[in-house]
Amino acid sequence: MKLPIYLDNHATTPMDPRVLQAMLPWFTEKFGNAASRNHSFGWEAEEAVEKARKQIADLVGANSKEIIFTSGATESNNLAIKGVAQMYAEKGNHIITAASEHKAVLDTCKHLEKEGCRVTYLPLQADGLIDLDMLKESFTDKTILVSIMAANNEIGVLQPLDEIGKICRERGVLFHSDAVQAIGKVPINVNKSNIDVMSITGHKLYGPKGVGAMYVRRRNPRVQVTAQMDGGGHERGMRSGTLNVPGIVGLGEACAICQRDMQEESARLRALRDYLKDRLMSELDQVFVNGSMEHRLPHNLNISFAYVEGESLLMGINDIAVSSGSACTSATLEPSYVLKALGLGDELAHSSIRFGIGRFNTQEEVDYTAGRVIEVVKKLRELSPLYELAQEGVDLSKVQWTAH
Amino acid sequence: MAYSNKVLDHYNNPRNVGALDKTDPQVGTGMVGAPECGDVMKLQVKVNPETGVIEDAKFKTFGCGSAIASSSLATEMLKGKTVDEALAIQNTEIVNELSLPPVKIHCSVLAEDAIKAAIQDYKKKQESTRLQSVSA
Repeated sequence: MKLPIYLDNHATTPMDPRVLQAMLPWFTEKFGNAASRNHSFGWEAEEAVEKARKQIADLVGANSKEIIFTSGATESNNLAIKGVAQMYAEKGNHIITAASEHKAVLDTCKHLEKEGCRVTYLPLQADGLIDLDMLKESFTDKTILVSIMAANNEIGVLQPLDEIGKICRERGVLFHSDAVQAIGKVPINVNKSNIDVMSITGHKLYGPKGVGAMYVRRRNPRVQVTAQMDGGGHERGMRSGTLNVPGIVGLGEACAICQRDMQEESARLRALRDYLKDRLMSELDQVFVNGSMEHRLPHNLNISFAYVEGESLLMGINDIAVSSGSACTSATLEPSYVLKALGLGDELAHSSIRFGIGRFNTQEEVDYTAGRVIEVVKKLRELSPLYELAQEGVDLSKVQWTAH
Repeated sequence: MAYSNKVLDHYNNPRNVGALDKTDPQVGTGMVGAPECGDVMKLQVKVNPETGVIEDAKFKTFGCGSAIASSSLATEMLKGKTVDEALAIQNTEIVNELSLPPVKIHCSVLAEDAIKAAIQDYKKKQESTRLQSVSA
C-alpha cells in the first residue's frame, strides 16, 4: 500500500489509464481541427468527436445530437442557466434552485438576480432532500427554469430527479440538472427524469480535466440556450471555440468505461463505504452521518465527529487526502453552507469529514484509513474541553459561550 | 496550507494537556471561544498565593492545529511567571514563536484571552476567600 491515500474523489478523480491511452494519439499524430471540412485531418478528428458524443449520450439515455462540448461543469452550468434565462426572457424571469447547489449554479443565479431575474432558493430537509411540496408551491407564472443537482458534492445526497422532472414537465417549465457527481456512478436517464438541460464534466468520472459537456434536449420540447461566447458558431451555435479533441475523446472513453462497469463498481464502492462507516461508528461514540444514507451516492460518506474540529483531524491524518466542512479549511472561513442547510449546528459542520471512495481505492486503504481516523479522533477528544464537559454531563447547548 | 514545524511539534506533542481542580482556590480557569465558531480553549493556572507565581498550567482545546499549538505554547509560557507577568503576555509573542500566518492570528488572540480569563478567575477567587476570611 502506498501513502498518501487519495479519498477525495468528489473533488476530482485520477484519470483512468485506459482513458489516457485513448487520448494520446489525438495530441500529436492526429491533431486535426474537427471543424476542418476539406481534408482528412479534419475528418478523422470529427469522427473521433462524434464517437465520443455517442459514448456520452449512451450513458445518459440521450441522442448524440443533444450533447454539446464545453470546458467543464462550471461553464456548462453558466451556459445552461444564463442561456435559458436569456433565451426565454420573454416567457418569464423566475428560476427555482436549491440552497445546496454548487457555487457554479448559486453564483450564476446571483448574477442573474442582479440583472432582474427572481430566484427561489429551496431549503433542504434534515436528510438533505428538497421538499417536493415546497417545490410545487414555488412556481409562479413567470417560472422558466428549475435547476436542481442530481447528487450533492459534499453529502452525496441524491435528489428525486424523476419526481422533479415530472413536476416541471406538467407545468411546462424547463428542468436543468448539474449531474457531475452522479453521472457514471448511478444510472441517469434524461428521458426517464424529464431532464431538459444537464451539466457533465470529465474529471469526476476518471476522465480529463478541462473538458465537459452539456445535454440540451432537442425534442419535446426543443430547448435552445443563448450562447455566452461569440465566435465560430460551433456546437450548433451554442458554444463557439475549437473543439478540444483529445479531451473530448477522453471524456467519451471515460463514459464508455463507466457504462460498462458502473453496476459492479458501485456495488464494490458501496461495500467499502459501508465498511468504513460501520467501523467508525462502532469504535467511536458521538459520530453522525450527514444526510440521507438511503438516497446517497454509493461512494460518499460525510460524517461528523462531535467535539473534534475538522482541520485538526485532517492534520492528524495527513497521509490520507480527504476534506472537511470546517471553516478553517475553507477559503471563506465559513463552515460548509451545505451542512448548514441541513439544519446542523455550525459545531457539527466544523467537525465534519467527507470521504469519497474511488475506482482505484482498495480494502487495505480503507482499513488503514478507518484505523487512523479512530486513533486521531480519540487523541483529539482527550484534548477537547467540549468532550470533557460532555463526559461530565454538561449540556453544551446551555453553556454561555464567549463568541468571537 | 503548510504548517510551521513549531505548530506541528505542539500539535503532535501537546504540552500540559489536562485539567486542574476547578474548585481549588489556587486554580484559575478560563474558557473562551464557542463551538459554533470552531474553537474553544480551556486554560487553567495554579498559583502559589504566597509568591504569586504560576506553578502549573494545563489546557484543553477544541480547534484547528494552530489553536491547539497556541494554547499548548501558552501553558509553557505561563509556568514560572508571576500573575502580573502573565497578564502582560501578548498574542504577538505567540504569533512570532509559532510563525502563524495571518488567517491564524485569531488563534493567538484566543490564547491571550484564555490567559487573561484564567488569571481573572484566580483573582476573583482570591478576593472572595479574602472577603470570607474577613467576614469570618
